[in-house]
Amino acid sequence: MSWTRYAAPQNFYPLAGRAVPWFAGLALLLGVVGLYIGFFVAPTDHQQGESYRIIFVHVPAAWMSMIIYLAMAFWAAIGLVFNTRLASMLALALAPTGAWMTFLALWTGALWGKPTWGTWWVWDARLTSELILLFLYIGFMSLHAAIDDERRADRAAALLALVGVVNVPIIYFSVKWWNTLHQGASVSLTKAPSMATTMLTGMLVMALAFWMYSIAVVLARTRVIILEREPHARWARQALGAA
Amino acid sequence: MTPAPTVGIPGALRAVLLRDLRVALRRRADTGSALVFFVIVVSLFPLGVGPQFEMLRRIGPGVVWVAALLASMLAMGRLFADDHADGTLEQMLLSSVPLSLLVLAKTLAHWLSSGLLLVLVSPLLALQFDLGTDAAVVLLLSLLLGTPLLSLIGAIGAALTVGLRGAGVLLSLLVLPLATPVLIFGAGAVEATQAGLGVTAHFSLLGAMLLPALFLAPLAAAAALRISLE
Repeated sequence: MSWTRYAAPQNFYPLAGRAVPWFAGLALLLGVVGLYIGFFVAPTDHQQGESYRIIFVHVPAAWMSMIIYLAMAFWAAIGLVFNTRLASMLALALAPTGAWMTFLALWTGALWGKPTWGTWWVWDARLTSELILLFLYIGFMSLHAAIDDERRADRAAALLALVGVVNVPIIYFSVKWWNTLHQGASVSLTKAPSMATTMLTGMLVMALAFWMYSIAVVLARTRVIILEREPHARWARQALGAA
Repeated sequence: MTPAPTVGIPGALRAVLLRDLRVALRRRADTGSALVFFVIVVSLFPLGVGPQFEMLRRIGPGVVWVAALLASMLAMGRLFADDHADGTLEQMLLSSVPLSLLVLAKTLAHWLSSGLLLVLVSPLLALQFDLGTDAAVVLLLSLLLGTPLLSLIGAIGAALTVGLRGAGVLLSLLVLPLATPVLIFGAGAVEATQAGLGVTAHFSLLGAMLLPALFLAPLAAAAALRISLE
């Protein structure tokens, strides 16, 4: 028995089912600990006051938004090259979580920007490229949704994700240079590197919580996709009957 | 049975190029609509923001470039749609000529009949926005470098969406985010001229994006066509 056994949806389904509660539990635990550190242990920032505390949601969400895009493109590529069904399903399951994380990063960024810079939105390089990342996620999901044949949708969306991955660095640097050309409403986002240790700890714990949450949600979504695609398989009917 | 005459790869590419150009010439209304769209969109902006030349000079490059981006996407849907509808595309897939080269020939023909027209009409729009000779020339050159890039990136989107319902809007949704670097450096070149700065950096970057796109985009579009038509 090898690990590739779990590339088969009917074997992956129960495995993911057993893993989801663990990851969800860890996400909850780490989230509570991280928020406790964030709200009660970490000191008040001497420049930004209490408003900086949104960093404990904002930064992990921004990290996840990028990591999930890479993971999505990775699984999409595996699905495209090796023609494995499960890899494509994973890529499809990752997309909504990635888009949600991107949206969360933008939203919390706006909430953070209002008290600190006095504006909801700045055409900063990071904000702009994050916005374009959100558009890329939406494009991936729209293309997949527009094609009725699942396998064709998987492959077309995978190709789009790969084109996107090649383009993301180009987009990031072009937006960055564009931003330095337009020195207009220049608010530097580069934060002071000296961050209190408790702040950093809180942020890292929250980042772990976001990881666990994303894994739990993606696994759960993959299970649903598996059942949707193989509703007539005997094991799927048994799983549905048992549930 | 006599074997079919073979034309070789260059002959096939020439045939595809000439055929697509001929089709574009005979459907002047289709070919011209993107151009008219381009001119109309650009002409709407002074109506929207006011006719003060100072402001028009400042927004002109960006407006013309965004309109060129939209017009290219509008025209892009037709790149494979007709050939898909009458089955020509399937014959191309079966052909012994590499599909990516056929895609490149089709994209070139498409650019000649859409993007190039936008480039040629752009000095006229530059006049509307009082851009000045230098800026108008740079606008023309930046579009000349940039619109082939838009066609190449758009070809991937057109190949992915061929035969889908609502393909037009979807195509824009997929391609516009990917085209942002072209917009940034294209419009940036004109703005740099207006500010009295050199344009070498912008043109170099546009060229640096165009060359790998010339190689990679037809490969990606060919792969996308195979997926769409399997």
